[in-house]
Amino acid sequence: MPAVTGKLAAASLALALIAASASTASAQKKYDTGATDTEIKIGNIMPYSGPASAYGIIGRTEAAYFKKINEEGGINGRKINFISYDDGYSPPKTVEQARKLVESDEVLLIFNSLGTPPNSAIQKYMNSKKVPQLFVATGATKWNDPKDFPWTMGWQPNYQSETQIYAKYILKEMPNAKIAVLFQNDDYGKDYLKGLKDGLGAKAATMIVAEESYETSEPTIDNHIVKLKATGADVFVNITTPKFAAQAIKKNAEIGWKPTHFLNNVSASVGSVIKPAGFDNAQGIISAAYLKDTTDTQWANDAGMKGFVDFMTKYFPEGDKTDGGTIVGYGVAQTLVQVLKNCGDDLTRANVMKQAASLKDFRTEVLLPGIKINTSATDFAPISSLQLQRFKGERWDLFGDVISADVGG
Amino acid sequence: MSAAEEVVAEGHQAVEAVPKRAMTLGTGTSLVVLAALLIVPLLVKNFIIFQMTMLLIYGLAVLALNILTGGSGQFSLGQSAFYAVGAYTSAVLMEHANLNYALTLPISAVVCFGFGYLFGKPALRLSGVYLALATFALATAMPQLLKLNFLEHWTGGVQGLVVTKPDAPFGLPMSQDTWLYYFTLLVTVAIYIFAVNLLRSRSGRAFMAIRDNEIAASAMGVDVARYKTLAFGVSAAVTGIAGSLGAIAVQFVAPDSYTITLAISLFLGMVVGGVGWLPGSFVGAAFIIFVPNMAESISKGLSGAVFGVLLFLVIYLVPHGARQIAILGQQLVGKLRKN
Repeated sequence: MPAVTGKLAAASLALALIAASASTASAQKKYDTGATDTEIKIGNIMPYSGPASAYGIIGRTEAAYFKKINEEGGINGRKINFISYDDGYSPPKTVEQARKLVESDEVLLIFNSLGTPPNSAIQKYMNSKKVPQLFVATGATKWNDPKDFPWTMGWQPNYQSETQIYAKYILKEMPNAKIAVLFQNDDYGKDYLKGLKDGLGAKAATMIVAEESYETSEPTIDNHIVKLKATGADVFVNITTPKFAAQAIKKNAEIGWKPTHFLNNVSASVGSVIKPAGFDNAQGIISAAYLKDTTDTQWANDAGMKGFVDFMTKYFPEGDKTDGGTIVGYGVAQTLVQVLKNCGDDLTRANVMKQAASLKDFRTEVLLPGIKINTSATDFAPISSLQLQRFKGERWDLFGDVISADVGG
Repeated sequence: MSAAEEVVAEGHQAVEAVPKRAMTLGTGTSLVVLAALLIVPLLVKNFIIFQMTMLLIYGLAVLALNILTGGSGQFSLGQSAFYAVGAYTSAVLMEHANLNYALTLPISAVVCFGFGYLFGKPALRLSGVYLALATFALATAMPQLLKLNFLEHWTGGVQGLVVTKPDAPFGLPMSQDTWLYYFTLLVTVAIYIFAVNLLRSRSGRAFMAIRDNEIAASAMGVDVARYKTLAFGVSAAVTGIAGSLGAIAVQFVAPDSYTITLAISLFLGMVVGGVGWLPGSFVGAAFIIFVPNMAESISKGLSGAVFGVLLFLVIYLVPHGARQIAILGQQLVGKLRKN
């Protein structure tokens, strides 16, 4: 008899538990357009054609990564339906594609759309529709503006925080430096320059002795370098894209100008900048990084890098592992997966933004050791720290602590 | 005229002589199309309405090119520059001077007319491929001009300008998209009627005389220089209005929006729609809006190649564009009636 009652009690308890859990589960399950019990629809816009088509590889890496997630069972049992469109880096086309994703395909959110002009074109629309424009693929500082644009969030460290870190270093190590700046004449170059000036604060006016800008249409920047050398500056802040960065490094060596050389992260790739410029010419250059460089041998046996290489071999074999875009795509896709996992069964757009703004010390293993993703209701800049590195031999040597600089737009 | 040019001119005419009767649709057909354009937005989603608005806007820009090329026989690969000037004029006036969006359209038209007329002056000395090349240079220069430092205060430089979308006036119960669509439709119809009348007028006959044979035209007393620049001015003004509407519909202007790709798209739209056939402009606009999307859905990696193949098919099968299909359709209907 006691045994039977025991069993009965256990059974009824189990029943009650099931009923309770079922009712709580159904109470918690909340969906907005684009999410169901079986699927989460995610939109994306990339320049697969046009002048910036080299970046298209980021979208293809993300598609491959979501395929991997789906094959492993999805996120909380839901498969990701990744819809990626081409905008050819043309803002009017971006608006059309964004509206198609939101109004016709009915996605839950738009993720990692690429480029400053394309994202500027849709920012207002996305915010008025209250659809997340999550982890945009641009380093402009203006994406960190939760007060005015609560539905837009960046991912990579913004340009201003990078030069602020250089400024901090210069103020500490070389307080009497005479700084010469070379920058590309567009939003990217100007954003960097602003960060440097803000970082130097009141001393900017006296420390910066020369500012030279160049246009991307110029075949060479040699004349700018010669001009900057003539100012007698002993610090050179080099805000250039890869082709011009390699030219600058080479020209410096040619004319024998040896300032402390700060090279922006955009052009820190060993494979595409330093090697063509010549390892000998690049010794001692200082830069900042947040991701591990695939061409850097020091990560050959790193677990995080191995995970990335295995993923590329299995799911995206035709992709170029040494292309910086693949590692960015992998890292940002992992971050989105984490956010969606945290959402649980509450897949509303508001909750997606809430979870994206509540990341605490999250790491994807392609980030440098010590760099963590942190966000809050007032901080929409997921990665805001970088580490300084100095070029030595044939690779970057990380030095100093991870430095953070949060900048809002 | 050099010997080489004469050979080119005699060998094959670059722009076909289209009689002015064949440039438009019959009244009945026009009314049916207009009725469809009025009713459809009531039945579809906002996104489709937005696409239809863009179709009308690009259609206007192609129509402008059609007046220039189909009407007066001059080539232009620089329409994106006029489109950009129109777009920026509206954006700057709306955002910095708080001017009503509807009032910015005539201002854009005037600014672009002046710009096109002035550009037409020196371009007069050029013809055929040389003129195409000169306008091409204009299209390539425009995005860089818009980035200039001393203009940045107004244009926003590379960052561009965000434009506020207008609400429906008088508290009309319709969405912003629907209102903007009807507004665009109104402007489009007005400009279409203007274009048709222009080509039927004395000026239009002068355009066509120049297109068919410049020497004969001047012998008949047509002021070639004046009408050529006038055609440029009118075309630029209409393109400018299209640009203004485009800026309002897209709610954003940036130099990257108005590259040479846009100019080539518009040229493509004109060829596909049928050079010199005004209604074809809108068919051409549909081609440049929807076919790239179709190509992308067929193959993402090879969208450019698929687009190329589709374009090749169009040119190979119907070299006169949509006009040829329309004529075939007309003949078919005629035959059926007889039976």
